[in-house]
Amino acid sequence: MNKEPIAKNELNRCRKKGLLSPSAKENLRIYWYKFSRNKLSVLGLFIVLISIFLAIFAPVVSRYPQHVKEFVDYEKANLPPSASYFFGTDIFGRDIFTRVIFSFRGALLMSVIVLSIAVPIGVLLGLIAGYYNGTWIDIIIMRLTDVFLALPPLILALAIAAVLKPNLTSSMIAVTAMWWPWYTRLVYGMATALSKEYFVKNAELIGASRFHILFNEILPNCLSPIFTKMALDVGWVILIGASLSFVGLGEQPPTPAFGQMISDGARYMPDLWWMTIFPALAIAFIILGFNFFGDGIRDMLDRGR
Amino acid sequence: MERLLDIRNLKVWYSTYRGFAKVVDGINMHVGKGEKVGLVGESGCGKTTTMKSILRVLDSRKVHIPEGEIIFKGSDILRMNYNEIQQVRRRSISMISQEPSAALNPVFTVGDQIMEVIRHSGQFDKNFSKKDMKSLAIKAIRDVLISDPERIFDSYPHQLSGGMKQRICIVMALVTPRELLIADEPGTALDVTIQDQIHRLLRSLVEEKHMSLIMITHSLGVARELVDRIYVMYAGNIVEAAKTKDLFKNPLHPYTRGLMDCVPRLSGGGVSEGIYGYIPDYINPTPGCRFYPRCPDAKEVCSRQKPPATVATENHLVACFKYN
Amino acid sequence: MDKHILDVKNLKTYFLINKSRDKANYVRAVDGVSFSVKEGEIMGLVGESGSGKSTIAYTIMGMYKPVEGEIIFNGENIINKNNRRSMSFKKNVQIVFQDPGSSLNPYQDVRQILSLPLKVHKIVPRGKIEEKIAEILEMVELPADFMYKSPTSIGGGEKQLVSIARALCSNPKFIILDEPTSSLDVSIQAKIINMLLKLHREQKLTYLFITHDLSLMRNISTKVAIMYLGKMCEVAPTEDFYKTPMHPYTQMLLSSIPVISEEEEALKPKKVVSTGEIPSPVNVPKGCSFHTRCMLSTDICRSEEPIMHQVSEDHFVRCHLYKK
Repeated sequence: MNKEPIAKNELNRCRKKGLLSPSAKENLRIYWYKFSRNKLSVLGLFIVLISIFLAIFAPVVSRYPQHVKEFVDYEKANLPPSASYFFGTDIFGRDIFTRVIFSFRGALLMSVIVLSIAVPIGVLLGLIAGYYNGTWIDIIIMRLTDVFLALPPLILALAIAAVLKPNLTSSMIAVTAMWWPWYTRLVYGMATALSKEYFVKNAELIGASRFHILFNEILPNCLSPIFTKMALDVGWVILIGASLSFVGLGEQPPTPAFGQMISDGARYMPDLWWMTIFPALAIAFIILGFNFFGDGIRDMLDRGR
Repeated sequence: MERLLDIRNLKVWYSTYRGFAKVVDGINMHVGKGEKVGLVGESGCGKTTTMKSILRVLDSRKVHIPEGEIIFKGSDILRMNYNEIQQVRRRSISMISQEPSAALNPVFTVGDQIMEVIRHSGQFDKNFSKKDMKSLAIKAIRDVLISDPERIFDSYPHQLSGGMKQRICIVMALVTPRELLIADEPGTALDVTIQDQIHRLLRSLVEEKHMSLIMITHSLGVARELVDRIYVMYAGNIVEAAKTKDLFKNPLHPYTRGLMDCVPRLSGGGVSEGIYGYIPDYINPTPGCRFYPRCPDAKEVCSRQKPPATVATENHLVACFKYN
Repeated sequence: MDKHILDVKNLKTYFLINKSRDKANYVRAVDGVSFSVKEGEIMGLVGESGSGKSTIAYTIMGMYKPVEGEIIFNGENIINKNNRRSMSFKKNVQIVFQDPGSSLNPYQDVRQILSLPLKVHKIVPRGKIEEKIAEILEMVELPADFMYKSPTSIGGGEKQLVSIARALCSNPKFIILDEPTSSLDVSIQAKIINMLLKLHREQKLTYLFITHDLSLMRNISTKVAIMYLGKMCEVAPTEDFYKTPMHPYTQMLLSSIPVISEEEEALKPKKVVSTGEIPSPVNVPKGCSFHTRCMLSTDICRSEEPIMHQVSEDHFVRCHLYKK
């Protein structure tokens, strides 16, 4: 009956041999293998890293940081792309390359803030509604979600941004308000299915608290689709943000933003084509990058293989 | 007996992130005309992979076949082009899978799916009308002991029970004349009484049509009741091959013996200890016998060298140094 | 030893499938089942899919609310208004589910999985949890470093051992085993079964073993009960049950089992051949629910429902043939 010491010794033996630390290196290797099998994902990762780098080091990388503030230099206005102005200059003589790089900053910042508010709200509501599937809690949360999903997203964002002052903050509030229901929907479906799994039943039968079941049993199993969706959504938030700023509801001039630059440049198409084309390409570049990256994350977190 | 199918030194590897998993590691087996052969092994031993390579339905991006021949009626299936293998699939070899509900398309009626098989078999000339096809299909449904074939012909798979669906899969496999039927655990997903019916039906149909049968199963009991000859497979190798009677009277390979001990007996007598250890790693297998780490009779030579198949008695092959 | 640990009396669990204004349709998953389990017994509950054997287990655990009947555990009726089980019941009664893949959370490691019952029932102080886990792992003969493994990286048999270890964490008295080995290979099944028998001896446990495998039950149970369409057909001590199977359904089940020796073949009832399929539990046949498949059915079977007849001291059969 004197079992305890044996178990204890065994435990100590394993500790000594370093058997207890799960091999993080091995896990990393598997993740990288799965991620890198699709070469486009690696390209996406590359683009994402570049975007983040540009956003952080914008003042260092760009050549004319003063061009993002009040700045006018009519002598250098309307110049086509050249060695000193990679993307040319606009009608005020500002360097488009600099303004594009600074737009990365605003765009990424917006995505990060919007997602870090919308995702927790959406996930929490989805978890609760999914676990209490079929009860009045489920009905209230999901019908509310349906109301938000039924409104055309851009119109909703326009309405909110128009009621509030037109600036970056209010456009972020608008985008957040239309973004959380998608996460509720996503998590709701998974939580509904997971709450029927035997490990959840078992936790209930053992007598675990609801908090434990929601956050320790169900939530971890939902994380990989959530992360995948987040990686993809960064691009979409940037696109919506650009649409809002295109109609004048985002960042106000002189601070640059993709949509605003495109709408300004559109008036001078096709003569001053570089004013529109380069910001547009930048958006396409960043969205494409995040989409490829998102696909890679999905492959990486897929437990099937 | 004339050999219908002859598998020679077949190796099938799957690519994984750690390297190749050598799932089928050089197996030899043959099936005679009209013979019923069983391939018995536990899950993950490579039995289904072997059978899928006969019909060439493995995912070619993940699977690598470095060596081996599968000779079917004189030609090597592994070297056939698309049209040739398609002809084999349409006319000569059919397969029944473990999961009948996954084998039937839920949006077509049972009748449509059977007719599809008849149409693509290419064994009927142009004068063979739709009406003839239908009567052929209905006759085939009646053959699997379904009492109201007309009603079943017009129903969708979800309206049928698991046992019925498996009967329909048998119809699809046997409605046109074939030479070889591969049955991959046809009764495993079913209840024991239904399984018994399916097995009896399968045996009588195969015998009646003078076909060859390869029965893949994890159950020694099922193999004993159904087939003439048994191959026992362990970790990608055939460890023992013998006539059913001989195998059960006198199992030779330590794995076969261990497996037989593990089967709970209806006559009682307790449960054995099981076989020590677990299925080995397929990516870096031991250079010797793959059963060596678990073997109660292991000798030093077993760790170094792969045991060749030795003839123990007539028609009884065993891959073990104990009998070398 | 003769104390009843569990008494189930006239248990009925129905599931509503649709409700119209005048009539409600129910699936009678469990329809008036009574049995008792003595302390230290291993009771086998055997039946095909859809027979209601798992529903009984889930109703005992409180996952379903019964329509009628009593469940008495340790002298206490555990069915109350809102169908909540007390913490002491949750500590004393554990369940091991069939599918080892789904019963362990893939995103937790074994240590997290096993620490949940220890924390909830405060078995050991927080600082000693790891030691206790190592001790429990040793009870199921797994090494202590297993606690840092993820369920996705271990085999099916090991997963099931972890599930059993989790059930043992709260020092239960009674464990319901819901087909714990039916998805495993026989060599692994043998290991798990031996483990369960060892724990049964050492920890003085009582098991309710739910399975469809009659040959397994022959070797481990002390009492066997057969279920068909939500009703119990036959209950008897194991020896008696296999020596003189009485109910025609029991005989059909026994005759369908694939066996591996002549000795077992002799034990199978010869006259009975399996026919038909289990009817849908929505439309249970009138009279004796088995009459549609029974070879010995008479007029009375089609009209009148049989009652349990006592044929010897502990042997009960629900069949008109044994009416005195």
